[in-house]
Amino acid sequence: MSSYDIPVIDEPTVRGRAVSRFLHRHRNVRLFGLLAAPITWLVLAYLGSLAAMLITSFYSVDSFTTKMVKEFGLGNFREILSGAVFRRVTVRTVGVAAAVTIVDLALALPIAFYLAKVATARVRRVLMVAITIPLWASYIVKAYAWRTFLDPVGGLMKKVIGASPGFGLTSIVLVLAYLWLPFAILPIYAGLERLPDSLLEASADLGGRSGVTVRRVIVPILTPAIIAATIFTFSLSLGDYITVDIVGGKTQMIGSVIYDNFGPNPPLAAAFSVVPLLAMMVYIALIRRSGALENL
Amino acid sequence: MYLSPFSRRMLGLATGAVVAFLYAPILYVVLLSFNRSKSVIFSGFTLRWWPKAFANDEVRTALWGSVKTATVATILALILGSLASFAVHRFHFFGRELVSFAVILPIALPGIVTGIALNSAFRQVLNMRLGFTTLVVAHTTFCIVVVYNNVLARLRRLPGNLEEASADLGAGTWQTFRYVTFPLLRSALFAGGLLAFALSFDEIVVTTFTAGAGFSTLPQFILGKVTRPNELPIVNVVAVTVVLLSIGPAYLAQRIAGEGSIRTSK
Repeated sequence: MSSYDIPVIDEPTVRGRAVSRFLHRHRNVRLFGLLAAPITWLVLAYLGSLAAMLITSFYSVDSFTTKMVKEFGLGNFREILSGAVFRRVTVRTVGVAAAVTIVDLALALPIAFYLAKVATARVRRVLMVAITIPLWASYIVKAYAWRTFLDPVGGLMKKVIGASPGFGLTSIVLVLAYLWLPFAILPIYAGLERLPDSLLEASADLGGRSGVTVRRVIVPILTPAIIAATIFTFSLSLGDYITVDIVGGKTQMIGSVIYDNFGPNPPLAAAFSVVPLLAMMVYIALIRRSGALENL
Repeated sequence: MYLSPFSRRMLGLATGAVVAFLYAPILYVVLLSFNRSKSVIFSGFTLRWWPKAFANDEVRTALWGSVKTATVATILALILGSLASFAVHRFHFFGRELVSFAVILPIALPGIVTGIALNSAFRQVLNMRLGFTTLVVAHTTFCIVVVYNNVLARLRRLPGNLEEASADLGAGTWQTFRYVTFPLLRSALFAGGLLAFALSFDEIVVTTFTAGAGFSTLPQFILGKVTRPNELPIVNVVAVTVVLLSIGPAYLAQRIAGEGSIRTSK
């Protein structure tokens, strides 16, 4: 046991007192002192960068000199809206993001329910750590690990079970669903934990069978948490290009088109980045009213 | 709601299966880092790839690049994230919503959008050359949120009258911070810092757009080698290193800050 010691505290100096008094009386000075640095960084550096990206998206590249022409024009957007390739890639990407979201919800709902309502406190604690930790295991390593599983030539699945989906759309959905699954489980679990058991009991007492209880009690209360989960699964899938590169074979998604154009044609890449940006903005605006943002 | 013992057991089994599914790929790479052959099928145990990987110059440069970036970004994120959380917790001001929104935005938007946006700002607007500085700015931007979340959660749990008591007893602003507020926040800051480090250490998307050709990190090393079968043993060792250096701090942070505190942070 250490002895109880009283910390030696240096007395405020006269000037220190004056500063303290000044700060105490001037609320706005305190607020400014706290906010100046983070505001400058986030609003200027980050929101400013988004603005820079938007501006770049109106520029073009001279096809002879390959230099950027800093003149406003809608050429890039016209190309994206009218080009069949861009449209196909956009539809495919939204489809993949939706498929990943559905797979993750189908897996996350029963698991979150088990964690919140069935498992004992000890099992729950262990499982929560077990589910959270892989979130922090490098994304690139996990995608790479899946490549060793899925490789149609000499991969583990081919060797052990004799078949593999190979590199393509199926593998993209599988690996993305794998990568984002903890992001889906955690908000839904948090939502279920807030749902009092007594509501489930009341529903049963009033004659509600399990199916009815799920449909009419659990799902309505859980909706904001489910939407919070889909923000992650959807947004993260929408812009992905590394998983697409590693297990997607020749498949193109929005992210890979942006990445491929980034070198030769930065304005076009910037213009195509506006697609996931807008999609997310619309998505966030739509769900804002549902209260899902508090569940993030 | 009544669940039969059978459905309870099935739910338990499903959960166990999914947890196993979460770990299988990671554990397989750990196994492969000790694989005697260069293929992705395990054929016998060897330790020779580990020293070989760390003797590799490219790996050393990338490791140092990752450590340097994560360390500086963490320090900056600690300062900026704490300042922002203090402001949001203590004051009601015009634009308060915007601040909390701007903090979350860099991780809410797809990484590629953040990457392209920062790249446009660095290259088109500021005419900067990509390198360590631009990479640190980028990483700090998305690390702020984990510090902010951890510190804000702690501030909300602390009784506000402790600081008033300190002021009443004659402490100045600095003394109150030094002897009252900071000790109460220390573990939250430590946890937030560890998470920021872990987040920065394994980031790859934003890194691709902001690091430039001359600067290398471990995830970039992996990405560059994934399709080259000849170098797979070294990639496996690097992969396990990245996992250890991101999971380790994250696990520690969870132990320090308590259950549930690191959800929402990524």
